[in-house]
Amino acid sequence: MNKITITINNKKIVTESGKSVLEIAKENGIFIPTLCNYEGIAPQSSCRVCTCVIDGRKMTACTTLAKDKMNIETNTEELEEIRSVIVELLFAEGNHFCPSCEKSGNCELQALAYRFKMMVPQFPYDFPARDVDAVNPKIMIDHNRCILCKRCIRRKKEPENPTWFVFENRGNKLKINLDHELTADMDDELAQKAMDTCPVGAIIRKEKGFDVPIGSRKYDSKPIGSDIEDQGGAV
Amino acid sequence: MGNKQSLNSRSHNKCSCNGDDLELILGKYNNDPKRLMDVLIHIQTQCGCISDLAVKDIAEAFNMSKVDVVQTISFYHFLSQEPRGEYTVYLNDSAVAKMKGRDKIAQVFEKVAGTKFGSVSKDGKIGLFNTSCIGMNDQEPSAIINRRVFTNLTEVDVERIVKSMKEGLDVNDIKGRDPVPNILLKGPILKNEGNITDALKKAISISPDEVIEEVKQSKLRGRGGAGFPTALKWRTCRDTKSEKRYIFCNADEGEPGTFKDRVILTERPRLLFTGMTIAGYAVGSDEGILYLRFEYKFMEQYLENILSKMRKDGSLGKNILGKKGFNFDIRIQFGGGAYVCGEESALLESAEGKRGEPRDKPPYPVVKGYLQHPTVVNNVETLCCVARIIQKGVKWYCSVGTKDSTGSKLLSISGDCKRPGVYEIACGTTINDVNKMVGAEDVQAVQVGGPSGVCVAPIDFDHKLAYEDLATGGSIIIIGNKRDLLKDIVLNFTEFFLEESCGSCVPCRAMTNQYKKKLEKIIRGNGVAKDLEQMLSWEKVMKANRCGLGQTAANPITCSIRNFRELYESKLKTATDFVSEFDLEAAVQEYCKTANRIPNLGGDHE
Repeated sequence: MNKITITINNKKIVTESGKSVLEIAKENGIFIPTLCNYEGIAPQSSCRVCTCVIDGRKMTACTTLAKDKMNIETNTEELEEIRSVIVELLFAEGNHFCPSCEKSGNCELQALAYRFKMMVPQFPYDFPARDVDAVNPKIMIDHNRCILCKRCIRRKKEPENPTWFVFENRGNKLKINLDHELTADMDDELAQKAMDTCPVGAIIRKEKGFDVPIGSRKYDSKPIGSDIEDQGGAV
Repeated sequence: MGNKQSLNSRSHNKCSCNGDDLELILGKYNNDPKRLMDVLIHIQTQCGCISDLAVKDIAEAFNMSKVDVVQTISFYHFLSQEPRGEYTVYLNDSAVAKMKGRDKIAQVFEKVAGTKFGSVSKDGKIGLFNTSCIGMNDQEPSAIINRRVFTNLTEVDVERIVKSMKEGLDVNDIKGRDPVPNILLKGPILKNEGNITDALKKAISISPDEVIEEVKQSKLRGRGGAGFPTALKWRTCRDTKSEKRYIFCNADEGEPGTFKDRVILTERPRLLFTGMTIAGYAVGSDEGILYLRFEYKFMEQYLENILSKMRKDGSLGKNILGKKGFNFDIRIQFGGGAYVCGEESALLESAEGKRGEPRDKPPYPVVKGYLQHPTVVNNVETLCCVARIIQKGVKWYCSVGTKDSTGSKLLSISGDCKRPGVYEIACGTTINDVNKMVGAEDVQAVQVGGPSGVCVAPIDFDHKLAYEDLATGGSIIIIGNKRDLLKDIVLNFTEFFLEESCGSCVPCRAMTNQYKKKLEKIIRGNGVAKDLEQMLSWEKVMKANRCGLGQTAANPITCSIRNFRELYESKLKTATDFVSEFDLEAAVQEYCKTANRIPNLGGDHE
């Protein structure tokens, strides 16, 4: 591995090559918000929330590998506006009713909205008619809450195995789809994994819930990203 | 136009594409999951749909899940799990088609076929569907029926065509107007000068590096619209270490209003295939793939015949024109109906049998492209330019055009003008010159580069069509004074982007819809000044999309706000900064009717 020097928000950082801008920022206590990114899954920049200005161009931090002498800005006013608008768009596009959602407090979308101090989206709500797929004995898919981040689709145990989660249709008719035959005998462990993979409350385990009461969940006391920033070195 | 027999003898709701039939089809495509698109298109073409049974069998054969097969099917406009009728009518609903009276034609179709658009007649015979621009803007209204294109449709035509379909006539025997080339101005590319095989001879007489150098000297830039230097693409591809490299010709021509690639494909196919072969020689590739949009399925056999001829005379195949070790062949890969597949990385995904979602870049296709190998993706016209540059020399080529935009540009011109068609102009020609050339009078606006391009107002008609001024892939739509610019053009374009988004990036998927809603509000006369500012401020979010489609999906609106601000302002409510548009009385009407109550809304209603 080669040593490289990059600049994030005017701060010089010496690091190794082969890592994404997002990873390096995290290691250095700089929080770049994400939604479709999930540790351990190859990134695919579809939410665009981690958009940064990299060498003058808008690029996503999750998919951009750091190169020597790269100059990165993560928190300009424009970038912060783009991020919060994207979160607003997601709230307007789906049907998100936080108070009745099992994921409330553990939901990354909700946590980002709080962090961005969103009161109400600037967009009129779409109120789309979406259904809940409860065919699988272990999990249910609530399409109302799905933000189409593709994390469930990309998280595959073995690359050569047939895919369980997929997309269907395109554009604003896009939705996720589950192969019911292949997943008929899903066990509890996999069901939990599927639910954990989902950033929102679109994949929910059946017959289990509210183990942790609302109020003591992941993002209930501190904003999302605090764990990274608390490591120190925040700029 | 193969499969005539099966096309007309197939029966509704029954699909024979499973079991032995499927085995044959899969065998034709080497039982290769990467050829899923070919398999699906084959079945769709033969059976009119891809049944659950076929999905199950394909999934088994390719060790995929069923939903995985379905996710590809559901991405493409021309693939369907539901039967689309023995005769499937795809009527173009582009803005220009509407200018030329397609709505009236649609009504007649619905009336005589006895079914609505988006559905199939009860007897399963005729399916009516809308479709995005089919590359016939100079001959609208036009429709694709079982892959044959019927142009310049009149109401009488439609009645006759539907009658013939009801009688069970083969689609090729139905009376109708076939597409015509409409080449109205020829330049260096289209003029049929000399033997094009000479270009190939010349190319292989020099080294691949020298070929790339020639192209570099010519300053040729991509003709699809983005204008990337062709030689640089080739250089990077050649310099990327790999056992295999690919040449793709992007013939997805999906930008509404462009049809010049269709004309090149039918009038100068050898020129194109020679260009691909030269590209293959230059970058060190032995396989070329023509990615052809499904709308152009009608030319399949014609192009296959040309390729066979070229193989016979040694211009394709092994040791081309006697050059030892230079092997190159070309196959045709069809798309399934998706505008976004014109984006080069989406095109490659599609060619690999997947949904046409653009990839993250870098790596660029020249480094990691088709099946992870270095791949050059060039537009049809670009490859034709290459063949001419090698044939006639850099100096000759550069004698036309401007300093930064050398050569000529093919334009597809349509809309409100006397002479729509294909024009090959010198780069640097102004819009005023174009308007004169095509007989366009009383022009309100000229849409340069299709919906993703620029809506130019008369005050800017002295601008040049060139990379340094107005870059264009070639779509020129003339919009006359009598048109309702916002409703007829801008809204249509916005709906087009909404329909064609792959849906992957949030801003493209969700914001385009918000743009559409806001535009409709303004058209209804309920817009306020703040709406315009908001729509302009959203633009930076759209620019954060992954691909060109997403980044330009708001262009029809933002560009027209900038260039036609007065038009927008004339529709705004000025005395207020908020119009709720919520009609409480209408909202509770149904409830009140059911409950037998008079609405009690307070105020005036007390």
